Amino acid sequence: MVHGEVWTLKELFVTPNEYIYWSVQIVMYPFMTGLVAGAFVLSSLYHVFGIKELKDIARFALVFSFALLFAAPMPIMLHLQFPFRGINVMMTSHFTSAIAAFGIVFFTYGAIVASELWFLYRKHFVLKAVALRDMQDKTMLQWLEYLLYTALTLGAYDISEQALHRDEKAIKVLAGIGIPVACFLHGYAGFIFGSVKANALWMTPLMPVIFIMSAVVSGIALCMITYIVVMEIRKIMIKRARKPWQASLEEVKGAELHVVKMTAKYLVFFLIFAISLELLDLIFRGYTAVKSWDMLRTIIYERDFYDIFIMQYGIGNLIPLILFLSPGLTIRRAVLGVLLVLFGVFMMRWNVVIGGQAFSLTFAGFMHYHLPIIPHDWETFKEGLGGALSIFIMPFVLFYFIAKVFPVFSSKEAH
Amino acid sequence: MITRRDFLKKTVTIAGVAMPLAAFEIIDPEKLFAQVAAEKTKVRWAFLVDTYKCVGCGFCVKACKNENEIPYDANVTRTWVERYVLTKDGRLFADTPKGARDGFTTTKIDLGLGKFQDIKKDNIEKAYFVPKLCNQCENPPCVQVCPVGATYQAPDGVVLVDRTWCIGCGYCIMACPYGVRFFHPVHHTAEKCNFCYHRITKGMKTACVDACPFGARKIGNIKDPNDPVTKIVRTERVGVLKSEFGTKPQVFYIGLDEEVR
Repeated sequence: MVHGEVWTLKELFVTPNEYIYWSVQIVMYPFMTGLVAGAFVLSSLYHVFGIKELKDIARFALVFSFALLFAAPMPIMLHLQFPFRGINVMMTSHFTSAIAAFGIVFFTYGAIVASELWFLYRKHFVLKAVALRDMQDKTMLQWLEYLLYTALTLGAYDISEQALHRDEKAIKVLAGIGIPVACFLHGYAGFIFGSVKANALWMTPLMPVIFIMSAVVSGIALCMITYIVVMEIRKIMIKRARKPWQASLEEVKGAELHVVKMTAKYLVFFLIFAISLELLDLIFRGYTAVKSWDMLRTIIYERDFYDIFIMQYGIGNLIPLILFLSPGLTIRRAVLGVLLVLFGVFMMRWNVVIGGQAFSLTFAGFMHYHLPIIPHDWETFKEGLGGALSIFIMPFVLFYFIAKVFPVFSSKEAH
Repeated sequence: MITRRDFLKKTVTIAGVAMPLAAFEIIDPEKLFAQVAAEKTKVRWAFLVDTYKCVGCGFCVKACKNENEIPYDANVTRTWVERYVLTKDGRLFADTPKGARDGFTTTKIDLGLGKFQDIKKDNIEKAYFVPKLCNQCENPPCVQVCPVGATYQAPDGVVLVDRTWCIGCGYCIMACPYGVRFFHPVHHTAEKCNFCYHRITKGMKTACVDACPFGARKIGNIKDPNDPVTKIVRTERVGVLKSEFGTKPQVFYIGLDEEVR
């Protein structure tokens, strides 16, 4: 069977080679890179602009951004017909292509996040390494831990007041450089779509900006929900099995309302910005009404009406806005709000990627996408519900392990 | 310990050696090859379709599939024929069942999803067939977007795909405004019409040109003023598909209608 045939239904006049080639994994790709970029921007709000209320969530967001970073290229790998040739993008980068810069942007960004993390956790590594070095009768595991932390110090054991001050400066600089790079990482994901002149729905110079805004929204939302869930789970766990060397109950707090409220403010700010841009794009298309508008109008107002106006704008944007803007925000309401926001951003990606392929190049036919839910071979798994869910779960699993080395909860060791 | 004097001396020496080296231009073998080849061959392949002559028999599609080893029953094809029917009440119907591999054997228009529409003969205002194939654009968007350079333009203008280097991202498929690209069902790499490159470079015609019983398809060298195709393109009224994309397509059509997509 031809690639794409299994999940594509054609209606009216569609040329023979047209299928929905970019399926759910290409929806996941901008969704995941958006989360990476958004989480990083959130952490930078504290490190660069010194917004103190975000201190707790900033460190958390940075570590989470690191976990997400590994998951971001995975959708592409699952989408490629030859995943093992993916490295060719870096071997023979063809720079007229928007995808060609992926390796460079991605690794630059990765290096910035990794270095910032290192500066942030250097003191923690040194203290751990020294404590483990002085420990007598180490077990096998402790030996491994000792080796790990010694390696992570990179030989820099100076944790004097001045040294730490320099670290802070470095963090500030890195976070500052990181913001444009994070925006670039995602903005250019938008460029990948926005520059396809053959696709009437995608081609708009606003696409990168729309992508960045919605990326920040989704990143903040994901950090909020993870922050709340992790803090609450931690509270319950510690309450259940309290041991003498662990923090006393007074120190163990659940998610703090003032952190959530402050973060929600930024979320709303970026959300309004994102919606405005999307509406501007829509209005502009309707007003200029070029050749493709007849088709796009059919797609936007008729065929995909439910997905765009009910799911994305209604459930994903309007309801969260009401939830966040009504007075007396509670944690529970915030949880519902951010979940809906995440859903809304996912639907936006969906409506762009799948919606952009819902019509034929002839402007006289339609294609329907049927997400493979029960896989019957490797292809329908990786480009189906299973593959998408695996990608979504991946950063949380990674976060669990990364957080073991980079503790995200407030302790006196880190800055 | 390096003194200031030593440092200056060494700097000057290094700079002195480096300066003449900069005079050498770095030669890009690919560019050089392209230059030499383009000068030597003086060939730019172009295609001419006379839509008045096409009857929609589909022999070209069949021949292409066999010649280029595109699985016969796979629902993708390097070339296809479209049927356009405009009714007296101003409605447009168009279809291309199986790319017209078996020709148009029924008057029923394929509406997809298993539905068909029969149009009464008296109701037809005009109807015609339009063969489609890769336009071998002068400014090919598919080449522009390939992240690894696996698809490239040969010096004679034909856009080719390197099956050993294609990563299968599908960006080129998305970028083509003509929908000529697809994933090969067997090789799983990007696939497209290449004007039967293995034939035309040996002095033969493409499989579809040879298969067409009515001479609706012609291939020629647009750089050669005596080539029949060049003569027609230069002296008659021809059109190209979707010129608004700035791709500069090199498949020319005689009798192109406004309704052709």
